[in-house]
Amino acid sequence: MNTVKRTEDIDFKQNYKREITKKVSFVVCSLVVLVVLAVLSCAIGTGYGFFETYQIILDHIMGVVPANKAEWWADHYVWENVLPSVVAAIIAGAGLALGGSVMQSMMGNPLADPYTTGISSGACFGAVASITLGLSFSSLGGEMGIVAMAFVGALVPALMMILLSKYINTSPSTLILIGTAISYFFNAMVTYVMVIADADALQDAFIWQIGAVSDLHWSDIPLMLCVVAIGSVLIMVVSNKLNLMMMGDNSAKTMGLDVENFRMLCLILISILVASIISFTGIIGFVGLIAPHITRFIIGGDNKFVVPAGMLMGAIILCLADLASRCLLDYGNVPIGVVMSFIGAPVFLYLVTRSKSDKEVF
Amino acid sequence: MKVTIEGMEFGYSNEAVVLNDIDLDIAGAQLVSIVGPNGVGKSTLIHCINKILSPTKGTVMIDGRDVSEISIKEMSKISGYVPYTANNSFPLSVVDTVLMGRHPHSNWKTTDHDLDVVYDTLRMLDIEHLALRSFNELSAGQHQRVMLARGLVQEPKILLLDEPTANLDIRHQMNVTRILRNLAHEKGILVIIISHDLNIAATYSDNVIMMHEGRVFKVGSPMEVFTEENLRTVYNVDSEITVKNGRPRIVLLDDLYVDDDDPCPEGSYVSSGR
Repeated sequence: MNTVKRTEDIDFKQNYKREITKKVSFVVCSLVVLVVLAVLSCAIGTGYGFFETYQIILDHIMGVVPANKAEWWADHYVWENVLPSVVAAIIAGAGLALGGSVMQSMMGNPLADPYTTGISSGACFGAVASITLGLSFSSLGGEMGIVAMAFVGALVPALMMILLSKYINTSPSTLILIGTAISYFFNAMVTYVMVIADADALQDAFIWQIGAVSDLHWSDIPLMLCVVAIGSVLIMVVSNKLNLMMMGDNSAKTMGLDVENFRMLCLILISILVASIISFTGIIGFVGLIAPHITRFIIGGDNKFVVPAGMLMGAIILCLADLASRCLLDYGNVPIGVVMSFIGAPVFLYLVTRSKSDKEVF
Repeated sequence: MKVTIEGMEFGYSNEAVVLNDIDLDIAGAQLVSIVGPNGVGKSTLIHCINKILSPTKGTVMIDGRDVSEISIKEMSKISGYVPYTANNSFPLSVVDTVLMGRHPHSNWKTTDHDLDVVYDTLRMLDIEHLALRSFNELSAGQHQRVMLARGLVQEPKILLLDEPTANLDIRHQMNVTRILRNLAHEKGILVIIISHDLNIAATYSDNVIMMHEGRVFKVGSPMEVFTEENLRTVYNVDSEITVKNGRPRIVLLDDLYVDDDDPCPEGSYVSSGR
């Protein structure tokens, strides 16, 4: 009997470990796909071949000096014109997907996304106010002024929520309702400001809202990259606690998690994370909602894997959207935010309807 | 393990007081059933013991320590809780769900020991074949056993269960309650369950707490608590109690409605085609 049990026991462990290996392989594969896609995206945008582009990027990283004028131009074109937006798409996709995974698990709600707290409306108001009314921090003019205002605006809803949390219960449904209320408030302000703005400012303000990566430069990257990198490490460390949150507050509490404080910490982290992305790119919707779902559909809901794989998925999705806007459409005029929802929505719908009916949400 | 509740009161607001003057002393390795009608405050009582709710008045103490001074993390090592329903909108395998119960004892990484504990528990509850299935694809009864497994792998000193057998078929009702009783006796833990099946409670419990109108109505052995008079007062039903192996058997009576002469309404039938 004992030996029988032991072999079954070993089977069980082997099966479990096989599942883990599958998930790890998925993460690795996603990474490879992402790298290939990124290079492909550069290649298609520039008219150079895939391997040629790969060589150009590699040469630049390795510090190989261009031998002639043509090579110099190729290097300049790929490195300065195309690559920043591809990198920005990757970082933004990863960051928004991270925000989405955390929000959904923490709220125990599949409809939550990084913008659930009203953060996008706040950012939008900051940016629009800066564009139309010229409100800005005195030392930062022009574009950086808009970024700074958007960042500050994005944090206002989060701050409001954190201050309110002392006086209310912080159950997911209350937080979602508060987020919705805050969104309406800021949307109203945005509408008002836009109504009184002149035509040029109106167009700038409108375009900012849609979300684009085509006009980003290398100087915009470091802040986004740092925040997303630090955020992802922190979230990875608590990913096992996110699992507890998925089963509801009471469950999580009885398994030793201080639910209220944990949720507030996550909210603060996500607010900073998302604010630092969308203040540069504008509001890119949908990717934060669908990337975690697609990931769960493939590898299940364990956040230890959903967090990293979801980030890669988000990066891939946004990279694809960027690629699509680059090769199918008039690049620059049709921003990534539009492409994202235009192509993403039908694909997501297809996935939802195709999934088995007994899995309510992937 | 000793749970002492003194002068406890709980209300969601001043008007909605759920529990009143609760004084209880529960000690030792045993299976205790809490019984009583719907809305009497059974779940609330359990939630006050495991710190999900804080009493509005009075104290709850575990081994002489006030629960309100024990941290959530430490509490999770002392007491485990198996909720009545489990809601999870995300796909998670049974193993991963049960592994959550190891959170108080383990770090980020799942160890071989964690897997051993999980496997043994799944086996004990007859659900090891479901290990890699998605939790959301299971039936209500299977859910309940998975949640029970999650509570057991937590290896608590006090295990609180909210109707752990509500969705189970009769064999598993008996099986699960027997497992809980053996667990209490063998591992020396205190197991407290809420039960609506009085016969199951009577057959397996060491002691019973009967609640009535937000108060503790009767405590004691099943023989002491399950009397025809008590059942009439608390549930407002008539019953007949017989004794088998020193334990009460409750037969519910409904003379008012069921009558041998009462015919089946005309035109209604059930057939099986055989």
